[in-house]
Amino acid sequence: MAWTPKDAADAAAAVGDALAQGRTLELVGTGTRRAFGRPVEADAVLDLSALNRVVTYQPEELILAVEPGVPMADVAVMLAERGQCLAFEPPDFGPLWGLPAGLGTVGGAMLTGRGGPRRLTAGGPRDHCLGLKGVNGFGEAFAAGGRVVKNVTGFDVCKLATGSFGTLCAVTELTVKVLPAPPQAQTLVIRGLGDEAAMAVMAKALGCPAQVSSAAHLPADIAARSHVGELSAAGGGVTLLRVEGVGPSVTARIAHLAQVLSSETRQAVLDREASQLAWKEIADAAFFVGRQDPVWKLSVAPMSGAAAGRRLADELGGRCFYDWGGGAVWLELPAAPDAHAGRVRQVLAQVGDGHATLMRAPGAVRAQVAPFQPLAPGVAALTERVRAQFDPQRIFNPGRMYA
Amino acid sequence: MLMPAPDQGLLARRAEFVAALRAIVPGEGVIDDDAGLAAYECDGLTAYRQRPMIVVLPETVDQVSRILAYCHGVGLKVVPRGAGTSLSGGSLPLADGIILGMGKFNRILDVDYANRCAVVQPGVTNLSVTHAVAGEGFYYAPDPSSQIACSIGGNVAENAGGVHCLKYGMTTNNLLGVELVLIDGTVMRLGGKHLDPQGLDLLGVVCGSEGLLGVVTEVTVRILQAPETQRALLMGFQEVEAAGACVAAVIAAGIIPAGMEMMDRLAIAAAEAFVKVGYPLDVEALLIIELDGPPAEVDHLIEVVREIGEGCGASYLRISMNEDERKGFWAGRKAAFPAVGRISPDYYCMDGTIPRATLPKVLRRMTELSEACGLRIANVFHAGDGNLHPLILYDADVPGELHKAEELGAAILTLCVEVGGVLTGEHGVGVEKRDLMEVQFGPADLDQQQRLKCAFDEDGLLNPGKVFPKLCRCAELGRVHIHGGKVRFPELDRF
Repeated sequence: MAWTPKDAADAAAAVGDALAQGRTLELVGTGTRRAFGRPVEADAVLDLSALNRVVTYQPEELILAVEPGVPMADVAVMLAERGQCLAFEPPDFGPLWGLPAGLGTVGGAMLTGRGGPRRLTAGGPRDHCLGLKGVNGFGEAFAAGGRVVKNVTGFDVCKLATGSFGTLCAVTELTVKVLPAPPQAQTLVIRGLGDEAAMAVMAKALGCPAQVSSAAHLPADIAARSHVGELSAAGGGVTLLRVEGVGPSVTARIAHLAQVLSSETRQAVLDREASQLAWKEIADAAFFVGRQDPVWKLSVAPMSGAAAGRRLADELGGRCFYDWGGGAVWLELPAAPDAHAGRVRQVLAQVGDGHATLMRAPGAVRAQVAPFQPLAPGVAALTERVRAQFDPQRIFNPGRMYA
Repeated sequence: MLMPAPDQGLLARRAEFVAALRAIVPGEGVIDDDAGLAAYECDGLTAYRQRPMIVVLPETVDQVSRILAYCHGVGLKVVPRGAGTSLSGGSLPLADGIILGMGKFNRILDVDYANRCAVVQPGVTNLSVTHAVAGEGFYYAPDPSSQIACSIGGNVAENAGGVHCLKYGMTTNNLLGVELVLIDGTVMRLGGKHLDPQGLDLLGVVCGSEGLLGVVTEVTVRILQAPETQRALLMGFQEVEAAGACVAAVIAAGIIPAGMEMMDRLAIAAAEAFVKVGYPLDVEALLIIELDGPPAEVDHLIEVVREIGEGCGASYLRISMNEDERKGFWAGRKAAFPAVGRISPDYYCMDGTIPRATLPKVLRRMTELSEACGLRIANVFHAGDGNLHPLILYDADVPGELHKAEELGAAILTLCVEVGGVLTGEHGVGVEKRDLMEVQFGPADLDQQQRLKCAFDEDGLLNPGKVFPKLCRCAELGRVHIHGGKVRFPELDRF
């Protein structure tokens, strides 16, 4: 069965009913992220897609308050009209999971907590969630945070809710920080680097004053899959360094960056349009779209990227690419009953701190292997205590994050 | 300021506690003499003082873990303390509790330029992180005014901000990981040199938790390449509204300046009298707008902002042509607090945030409140992010004036909430704004925050009496009441 509340009061009533009846709930918006995390087995669906109003958009205050069911695509258009954006560059993983592009909601994006390439320098959804309203597992409507960009009043519950995959509360409103969209962008491309060398070049670029906003490396097999001609025709690996801002600044910084990296002679520059396309592909892991094989995303210290990614890709017969200056490793591996979880996490542990998330796999695999990095015992116990203080009866998205 | 009544049973066992803590931290690390304890009576909010029962200054994580486990076992309250610069009384001691001072954790453990981060102990000062990495052209972005003295551990506890946080974020946006010790002595790592949480964002909620959730023993922060150039504009306006419109127009033009500060007439006069940097004295509002980045960008944006300022009717406008001039623009603003200290025996600094559009209304109402109670207010304002710092001028030696100042402060913060803002933008709730929490949050909102506290510290031993106007009763909060309609709790004791 399904509840489709029309407003926040409805949502609270639905949660109250579920509590009274002892039913568990799967929380969904448009349902595009159901393949993210463990499959949920719940008694009923709480469909929040009708909570789709824009509550207030105040460009000069840098805030946007929306109900969770507002489509991200609509928000992008609305913000663009005022020259603004969500700086964390929300990725669209729909196609990665075999769905059409552009269907996701703001609620889904915030509650799954993933940022795109600009996450490296601008922060992720966690850094842009200012306030929320929701219904907890006690059936109580509550609010956290505020509607201003600077606020330290009380515990930062918004951070917890962001990336909680709906396991803490049913969110009925979100206030997010919006920022000016960079009017100009160019990308300096270095051709022909191996993975390890690319890590060093990205570190050099990110450590110079050119204010590189995103840095990625596509090894040859991935670059060949790009729809950006300059990348697919490069005939080898490509390292991308994006510079964004006002026109004169972008031109000067690209020149500065080219100078800093002058020992790498195989340079090219992507214009705004090609740059946009390339970073969208990287954000959405578009190189893995249209396939079924398991996909992992590792978050590691940037300089450890190649040590984890290249090693796993070569050893297991897969492919990988790097975002976040090497700190994000996207890995596509041949199908296996455990999606190679054991080996992936073994190698991860050898290269240092970080986590590995299973981003794509059949439901049966996601139910069996932990899609999210298993936690150290103390952290796991604390995580469970925190979850239980929001939802003691475990009615929201049971099993979505951990079995 | 009423704190929870001291537990006589605990006070009577003081000698026993001292002996047990000395067994964990030998020598001078346990302070129990009056002269030694006096140094810890207050933090940066000097209006409130309380001598702690005992002060413990551990040197190792193992000691911190054993101290907390011991306190947990015997039910002894713990007030963590960094450098003691809190402006909200976050480390105000308890008569029946210990101060856990983290000052001896003062080493920089690892500077990792390739991964652009630094691993430091919590007692390291904010500014010394920047000093440690400046040689390679890096810096640590959050820059609270107390950065020369405040500790990184305290910054994490308070989610400290600073003049540049509009563009570069608060502590939480520059924090990659911590080592955390829970009240039962459990040591854990949250985050590291990588991005994003493994599971629930516990790091995000520990940051800014004001010492109520755990004790941080190691901190990993992001370091940034310092901008190549910084230039500033100094603009004076005949009306506060025009200055506010200028700030809004800058943001609307898609510009996020590195810093955007406003001062009102009284603050300008006090600052100019103190540091004599050439501030105009015939304006109602002064704006300092700083741009940073590559020279091409800064030179371009300076002109854009100049045009905006002129369009908004700036009656005074200067642009810094060199570093001396830029620093001169800032000298008055940075000296605003001590400058106000020269024209008044005492001042009380507030910290609300408001939607920027409401600034003229808030300033008008503040003037009315000020006139009604007879205390002057000087305003400095992080204009870019709407964070107000009204300084209430009073004289503690005049009977009743502190109380009047507190009441005026409460009225101002209530006003901030009424116009859609919040009680605190960067100083924290502490004891100072504790009793105003119900102005901003409803009962269910506070219940949920207190439940979070229960997940970390069920017995309420870490920094009780701070942030929440009522002590937390975890057993009652943990019950699910399916059939609503009745008041769930008898009225809880307030303090």
